[in-house]
Amino acid sequence: MATTATAHQTKWWSGGKSPFNMEYGKLMMWYFLMSDAFTFGAFLISYGSIRFSQNFWPDPNVVFNAFPGAGHANLPLAFVSVMTFILIISSVTMVLAVHAGHKGDKQGVIKWLAWTIVGGLAFLGCQAWEWHHLITGEHAVLVDGQIDIIGQTTGGNPWGDLVSHDAALAALQKTPHETLISLAHQSNHALTHEQLAAMTDQQLIKEIKLDELHIREKGPIAFGGYFYGITGFHGFHVFSGVIINIVMLLMTQKNVFQNRGHYLMIEKAGLYWHFVDLVWVFVFLCFYLI
Amino acid sequence: MQHPAFEEVTIHHEHTDDATFKKKVRKTTILLSVITVIELGIGLLIYTMHKGENPSELLVLMFKGMVCILTLAKAYYIVSVFMHLGDEIRNMIMTIVVPLLLFIWFIAAFIWDGNSYKNLRNTYDKHFQETTMPAKHQHKEEAKPVEKPAGKE
Repeated sequence: MATTATAHQTKWWSGGKSPFNMEYGKLMMWYFLMSDAFTFGAFLISYGSIRFSQNFWPDPNVVFNAFPGAGHANLPLAFVSVMTFILIISSVTMVLAVHAGHKGDKQGVIKWLAWTIVGGLAFLGCQAWEWHHLITGEHAVLVDGQIDIIGQTTGGNPWGDLVSHDAALAALQKTPHETLISLAHQSNHALTHEQLAAMTDQQLIKEIKLDELHIREKGPIAFGGYFYGITGFHGFHVFSGVIINIVMLLMTQKNVFQNRGHYLMIEKAGLYWHFVDLVWVFVFLCFYLI
Repeated sequence: MQHPAFEEVTIHHEHTDDATFKKKVRKTTILLSVITVIELGIGLLIYTMHKGENPSELLVLMFKGMVCILTLAKAYYIVSVFMHLGDEIRNMIMTIVVPLLLFIWFIAAFIWDGNSYKNLRNTYDKHFQETTMPAKHQHKEEAKPVEKPAGKE
């Protein structure tokens, strides 16, 4: 401490000055964000710890390969990269809003804040689609010697190791009639449910194209809880960030900041918004890239 | 120059020069986008490696390490340029950055612990090992007809 004081030749700590040369609210926002970083860090490290304790973990490129409107096309990482770019761009518009605030440019603040809100809502929409797709997805999984159709939920994970052709054929023999009907329907959309229901089990098995179904074993259950828990917690931060930005937008429109003489609140909201982007960088790394 | 709201705070950053500010923001945006594209490229590279015959574990680990370093670079640019932490007083920066150093121990210790738990279970709980260990290479050969690059699900 003594060395820094002599090096700067300033008396930051002798009273009459803010020692960090920063207003109270902004400093507290920084400390809040630091504590929030530890919360997210603890979640992600717990996920890493569980992942290292497993012999098998699903490849994210296999799990996240869907794109809205692209049907069953295999597009690994495509949708999440769209989400990442949305968040980066909304961070840039927030920088521009804060900059307009420094200049006291009310119209500029309104314009860039509005774009930031649009970006935040677009990101939330993407996340909603992704969750819906994962939860309602129908994947053929080998469970207890027979084939079951499950989605990605907190109670089950359909992304285990691939099952060999022979093992899958044997499992089909023990699979209940109803499941066989839906499997046959996935393989051959031309047949109606009435036609399929009239078939015998062996006829249905002949209709099922095993090579296209990619039957897997069950994967680690923890995957769902961590994925929905952490991306949900991040999504909640995005949501609250959007609410904060909307409040800032309304206050700007009502001239609150103009009458106050400064737009420092925009700066604090901006810090929060950038933090949301920062956390996404790490969520993106931990769940989608490695 | 004194702060408009707080007389004990002085404004020391230069926010007024529009041209340099715009240039800096544009540069950082392009940098973040380029890093993200590289990360996605490495992610897809890892995907193709996993699909190929006998993926080299070491090479996959190296690519994953590279993505981690690129992510830290992205985090640095967001914090120092977008959040302006680099422009603050050094003492203030230290009160944020020094506590975060705890993460070095935090990450190392817990990943080590998870790995040790896996090794212990594989040694002493054979049922766990048999039910969760992925089929190795010769098994993969059998699964080959099921494995097709295009047309998933």
